[in-house]
Amino acid sequence: MAILKVTFTKTKRNILAQALWVLNWVSVITGLTLFSLGLFLKVEIQKRQEVMTNEIHMVPNMLIGVGLATCSINFLGGKICYDCMDTTAFLHWKLLMLPYIICTFFFTLYILVGALMCYAMRSDLEESLLLGLWDAMCYYKDTDIPGCCYIKHSIDLLQMQFQCCGNGGFRDWFHIQWVSHCYLDMSISNVVDQLQSNVEGKYLTDAVPFTCCNVHFPRPCIQHQITNSSAHYNYNYHGAELNLNQKGCRQALLQYYTQIMQFVGLIVLIMWLFELSVLTCMHFLQTSIENVLRLGDSESESDGWLLKNSISETVQHNFNIIKNLGKCYQVDDDPNIDVSSTSRQTQEAIKQRHP
Amino acid sequence: MVWAKMKFPFEKRVKLAQGLWLLSWLAIVGGALNFCFGCFLKTEIRRRTEVMDNSNIHIVPNTLIVSGLAAIGINYFAGQICQDALDVGRFPRWKTFLKPYCCCAIIFTSLTLIGVILSFTMRSSLEGSLQVGLRNALRFYKDTDTPGRCFQKQTIDHLQMEFRCCGNNDYRDWFEVQWISNRYLDFSSKEVKDRIKSNVDGRYLLDGVPFSCCNPSSARPCIQYKLTNNSAHYNYEHQTEELNIFVRGCREALLSYYTALMNSIGAGVLLLFLVVLASLRYLQTSMEAVIGQENTEIETEGYLLEKNVSETIVEYLNPVMKLLLLNQVQDGLVKAEAGAQPE
Repeated sequence: MAILKVTFTKTKRNILAQALWVLNWVSVITGLTLFSLGLFLKVEIQKRQEVMTNEIHMVPNMLIGVGLATCSINFLGGKICYDCMDTTAFLHWKLLMLPYIICTFFFTLYILVGALMCYAMRSDLEESLLLGLWDAMCYYKDTDIPGCCYIKHSIDLLQMQFQCCGNGGFRDWFHIQWVSHCYLDMSISNVVDQLQSNVEGKYLTDAVPFTCCNVHFPRPCIQHQITNSSAHYNYNYHGAELNLNQKGCRQALLQYYTQIMQFVGLIVLIMWLFELSVLTCMHFLQTSIENVLRLGDSESESDGWLLKNSISETVQHNFNIIKNLGKCYQVDDDPNIDVSSTSRQTQEAIKQRHP
Repeated sequence: MVWAKMKFPFEKRVKLAQGLWLLSWLAIVGGALNFCFGCFLKTEIRRRTEVMDNSNIHIVPNTLIVSGLAAIGINYFAGQICQDALDVGRFPRWKTFLKPYCCCAIIFTSLTLIGVILSFTMRSSLEGSLQVGLRNALRFYKDTDTPGRCFQKQTIDHLQMEFRCCGNNDYRDWFEVQWISNRYLDFSSKEVKDRIKSNVDGRYLLDGVPFSCCNPSSARPCIQYKLTNNSAHYNYEHQTEELNIFVRGCREALLSYYTALMNSIGAGVLLLFLVVLASLRYLQTSMEAVIGQENTEIETEGYLLEKNVSETIVEYLNPVMKLLLLNQVQDGLVKAEAGAQPE
């Protein structure tokens, strides 16, 4: 008893084939979109690699793979559907159809996994950013050490672009020496006192780099002696909102990447549903054309279905096929198999000698 | 006597029509690009309208937008004409339409040419506009509490950070302007009082610049105050310290940005339009000779102008002249009548 049987006239079959051809090409375009989104994400992560400990390349690579695979699978599907309009051309594809549909079904599962991975990337990213930003901020002052000399530039641009300051907030800069020793005047007693008051001999002040300054604040930026309310006229550290960026860069970057991932994840989910529906329609088309060929008259009506028998019967049938796959090399008592008499005598002799 | 004559056998005519059809679609794409570019340029100029004194510069993007739209329409019709050109039955339909169409196409192609020329010549006007606009904007930097000027600080800070520039001509412009509002100056402090007294207008001027002049590529943390005082900072020499703040002026930065935008558009697109126009004229004239003939595969002649250049100009100007001359004759008659009456 077939599941979801639908009767198709010849015109209906042709319309279905044409519609599927168009839908397959639409899928090719969505595959290309997904590929380019994966590339974009890869580039974005690469741009900020200095503030991440381990780059998360799995998600963009997966997106690129899914995009390319969607293009090729749907390109093939488009070709098949185009040929389905002519039953003689369909014969070329007859043997390939069922494996193609099974493959595509597993591929749609892969797409679903990909979509879910997009949403799960957030926690990995947060941890990577937490450690990465700390390391980068520690190397901020090392503009004369090869390998670290561009970290200052990267962090400055990051803070300006995302309007953020520090890792969790601007106070992170108070715990790090971000002014290099080259620019510290050791003859000034203040400087020497600061260095001596610190266990590790670091020069820590309540100052932040200029890129932490908030562009939208009406007052010229106060970036030194931030916690000292009396150092500046009409300034209260504990009172009004400060003229620095309040958001931490970790939160800003996380928000940015999460937005991208949510958008991409949504597109992948929509694509998954679309692919699943295209696949189902192709299966209907395949079964109806096969039935037409079985009936012999290409102009007549035929039935298309989702599954030929009920689910349990189909599962058992497939299971039997897999079970019998292993038996093809065993010698049966099949009278059609030609076993020469000499070999049989040799077998019996061996059995007698070694009971 | 025709001008720029060419012979067209049947295959050449077919190739001309096909090639022209392709070119006209390319020209449509070119027109669309022209239009999009005009829109982009207009929005870019609008974004910086606060640092420009006058809006004369808007003529360039407006011209580009109009010529882009016209190009799309004209080349769409060119494509349609090509499709019908090889079918002798359908071609006569376009016959009456072609002459005014060619005139229109010439007018709009010259409009594109004017747009390209304008984008080169508007540079000096833009420079003057930016000079005045930026000077005013720098003066109003501190007025964040005055309605109408409260966003100048934000605009200038964004501008200086985005274009990596400082001040109008260079960073020293900030030394001549009071950019710190009186609200944030402690008038009881000796230093503030000294500075204000030493200035004729009672302004607080200092050798410092806003933080947006700071260069993030600098190896050292930004020095923005006491710039000319070498002893105020450790290991600092004002004359040799290049990277600390941006040395380029914002006027120069904006000018080179807009000039680059405007120069990158026109010449290629203009060339494409001229080629399409010439090919269409050849196709039209060669097809006209085929109409009415029994054998459509004969060789025909195509030309650009029926008579030579001077005669064609005279021919087109004659209707215009007649209109003017007619008025003159009428004026003459009126004067004669007026002269006759008093007598």
